[in-house]
Amino acid sequence: MNAPIDPKLLERTAALQGMGDSRLRKEDARFIQGKGNYVDDIKMPGMLFMDIVRAPVAHARIKSIDKSEALKVPGVVAVLTAEDLKPLKLHWMPTLAGDVAAVLADEKVHFQMQEVAVVIAEDRYAAADGVEAVIVDYEELPVVLDPFAALEPGATVLREDLAGKTEGAHGKRDHPNHIFTWESGDKAAADAAFENAPVTVKERIFYPRVHPCPLETCGCVASFDPVRGDLTTYITSQAPHVVRTVVSLLSGIPESKVRIVSPDIGGGFGNKVGIYPGYVCAIVASIVLGKPVKWIEDRIENISSTAFARDYHMDGELAATPDGKILGLRVNVLADHGAFDACADPTKFPAGMFHICSGSYDIPAAWCSVKGVYTNKAPGGVSYRCSFRVTEAVYIIERMMDVLAQHLNMDKAEIRAKNFIRKEQFPYTSPFGFEYDSGDYHTALDKVLNAVDYKGLRAEQAAKRADPDCPTLMGIGLVVFTEVVGAGPSKMCDILGVGMFDSCEIRIHPTGSAIARMGTITQGQGHQTTYAQIIATELGIPSEVIQVEEGDTSTAPYGLGTYGSRSTPVAGAAIALAARKIHAKARKIAAHLLEVGENDLDWEIDRFNVKGDETRFKTMKDIAWASYNQPPPGLEPGLEAVHYYDPPNFTFPFGVYLCVVDIDRGTGDTKVRRFYALDDCGTRINPMIIEGQIHGGLTEGYAVAMGQQMPFDAQGNLLGNTLMDYFLPTAVETPKWETDHTVTPSPHHPLGAKGVAESPHVGSIPTFTSAVVDAFAHLGVKHMVMPHNAYRVWQQLKESGVAL
Amino acid sequence: MGKQIVSVNINGKKVEKAVEPRTLLIHFLREDCQLTGAHIGCETSHCGACTVDLDGASVKSCTHLAVQCDGSELLTVEGLAKGPLLHAVQEGFYREHGLQCGFCTPGMLMRSYRFLQENPNPTEEEVRAGISGNLCRCTGYQNIVKAVLYAAAKLQQTEKVAA
Repeated sequence: MNAPIDPKLLERTAALQGMGDSRLRKEDARFIQGKGNYVDDIKMPGMLFMDIVRAPVAHARIKSIDKSEALKVPGVVAVLTAEDLKPLKLHWMPTLAGDVAAVLADEKVHFQMQEVAVVIAEDRYAAADGVEAVIVDYEELPVVLDPFAALEPGATVLREDLAGKTEGAHGKRDHPNHIFTWESGDKAAADAAFENAPVTVKERIFYPRVHPCPLETCGCVASFDPVRGDLTTYITSQAPHVVRTVVSLLSGIPESKVRIVSPDIGGGFGNKVGIYPGYVCAIVASIVLGKPVKWIEDRIENISSTAFARDYHMDGELAATPDGKILGLRVNVLADHGAFDACADPTKFPAGMFHICSGSYDIPAAWCSVKGVYTNKAPGGVSYRCSFRVTEAVYIIERMMDVLAQHLNMDKAEIRAKNFIRKEQFPYTSPFGFEYDSGDYHTALDKVLNAVDYKGLRAEQAAKRADPDCPTLMGIGLVVFTEVVGAGPSKMCDILGVGMFDSCEIRIHPTGSAIARMGTITQGQGHQTTYAQIIATELGIPSEVIQVEEGDTSTAPYGLGTYGSRSTPVAGAAIALAARKIHAKARKIAAHLLEVGENDLDWEIDRFNVKGDETRFKTMKDIAWASYNQPPPGLEPGLEAVHYYDPPNFTFPFGVYLCVVDIDRGTGDTKVRRFYALDDCGTRINPMIIEGQIHGGLTEGYAVAMGQQMPFDAQGNLLGNTLMDYFLPTAVETPKWETDHTVTPSPHHPLGAKGVAESPHVGSIPTFTSAVVDAFAHLGVKHMVMPHNAYRVWQQLKESGVAL
Repeated sequence: MGKQIVSVNINGKKVEKAVEPRTLLIHFLREDCQLTGAHIGCETSHCGACTVDLDGASVKSCTHLAVQCDGSELLTVEGLAKGPLLHAVQEGFYREHGLQCGFCTPGMLMRSYRFLQENPNPTEEEVRAGISGNLCRCTGYQNIVKAVLYAAAKLQQTEKVAA
């Protein structure tokens, strides 16, 4: 370790552009020249366009559908309704949550903008004309929008298709609008902690419904070839292999004759995990018509009908000693899942990983319960960088920590430091049974507090609070979160029965370059660059010549896709281990070529040296050629490997976020003065790309906390479902981000790397709320419901008597 | 609805096609001309993913009819590079990691291309305002701002060398 570093070795290491290198992206060349290949760029011979007739009301019986006028529209080829899907048993489809969802509304519609019929035409303009011409007669029914009211006795029953079913996919249903109740932790222990605790606090914390709103909407081009009998579908899917299996099961076409391809995807953010009715209808239409059928939704359809995020009504409780040591945690959640439970989750976790809600703290007793409810709204719940409900989990614990600190008149940094899991406690088993892999929260917190001069900020805040004429309120938000990413161990985690492993296949070519494919699928996170970096370091081949591909089910190994920040933890591990299989074979070949024993070789960056004589070596390039040219006896020719990785555990990255806001007492407008984000995701593959993930995630967090919402009126109309109102910040609104990091590797991961992409979203949202509420803390305000837009903050200013 | 002949100069090449009067410029470019770099991200003219350069101005092509462009000069992202030589804005986005999924990128590039002619030496705040018609979901804008400033510096340098 102390030997002087040879510049030649450094040069050879740098030439690889491998692990830890902020190398520029291989993806960029095509994207900056308009040569990406997104779904709507695809044009196939004879391709038709599909558009969807959607429900104008939230809850109604369909009395009749008249297609006749639509069929007269020039260019319209066909109009399909639930009647046409019934013979194929495709008017309903299974969901990832174990429920079913209507593909095309049959007897009734369950939410506004629901799919009722589809029009297929020669181009999208004619299809849109056709949609206008379809006449649907509705008989309106009472709507159910409030999840609390949904569970009242005698509430309007939404899901008549489930009549008499008292057992759902996740246990007993005790009301027609009740989906599931899921619990975790030790209730008796938690209750006992609360009974004896000297201090208890309780707060209702609502996490509003928002939408991931990727800039590219959902769409597909389905192409059934009646001659070959095979189906090819280009699709905006974050899990194309899973889609292939599901499409095969539903259509009866053997999986080997179904090819699903995710090409370049213009952002996913969890919106593109599930299967939407539009995909199913395009596939059916293509099978019926024997031609390719393209479906591309509009923005309004995307926001209104595809997977929303959050909508958790959480009652949080903390029990503690008077000096702020936490004794117990209880959380009760009412989860609004909309009309069908299509919430994307591992099948055994209907509330995702919500039971990570004990956070970064050593809490001896904890219990949580989540009750899911049907309402007349679009399906969804899990999406938008949530890591399977970790957003909600982190929000509740971090809000409750602030509530407790305020109740005890303790500093919010101090109360956190007091309760942190100490670094020597890892691996740490949480009261909910998670085994946190590694962490060093105290060091990270100190780093952030020092970087921003926390004491100075508090002094400034105190001075401002003392001045009744100060035109602004100053708030300081602090969050210390623990993420859980990398689903996951197959004994716990599966998607519709498929264990949540992932995979990689690497093939070294005779001349030393390589092709590698994985079972994940990037939507902008830079896999084609970073995956190559992992292989570059493992095998000593420059990442420049390692070609990475994902998304084509006919070529890539089976994987579960990209969501839940699982690519680095699961596929990243598979990549390293596949490369190590190649490395082991390469060592055998090198030993043969150099006529020494395998143990007489040292691996040095890109070559095997004979120990003690570095003039005798074989580079990986030499070895690749030899593997095709003169394979040693007993070894197969060629040099390649596959690895399917079933992770032993999740990875648990963490972060410390601090935000300072100044609120204008005249307008309620909140200005983010400073946002400092420290993330620790263990070993860092490409710092430049991590930073980009952080910037994007923090910006989403700003959007969610400060402006995004999906309000419904009393009739169940979704309001603000276009960019006219749905808040997406531009460069002007978006704050400047400061980023920092520490490195606490995951001990069980082959590279020590943890996932990170969702951390900034998960962590930043409670940080903004913490800052905004902190601005009112001296006035006795304990919590404010997001979004913290000017109007709502101004209402708080009025209520607190400090509006100017 | 009868079709009309539209004659435009796109990326230095004359294109003549018959289109319906209601055809949006973005669909004309993407579907009739196979220039699929420009994208569609909304239907309310906010996102700017469809931004192209029309007769010396940044225009959201989803909010313009193809027939209105008869006789016009159009530049799209496909026309920015001169042969193998990237334009400074393209180089800036690449060097500063100003893109992730790449969906907003063509519109961002076309806007930045025009913006730097409007304001060759902008401040960071001016860049942010200058690209405020363009939404991005991945980058948080910070690296896009750096990319535009990179391009500004590069263009100034090129001018100096030329002078």
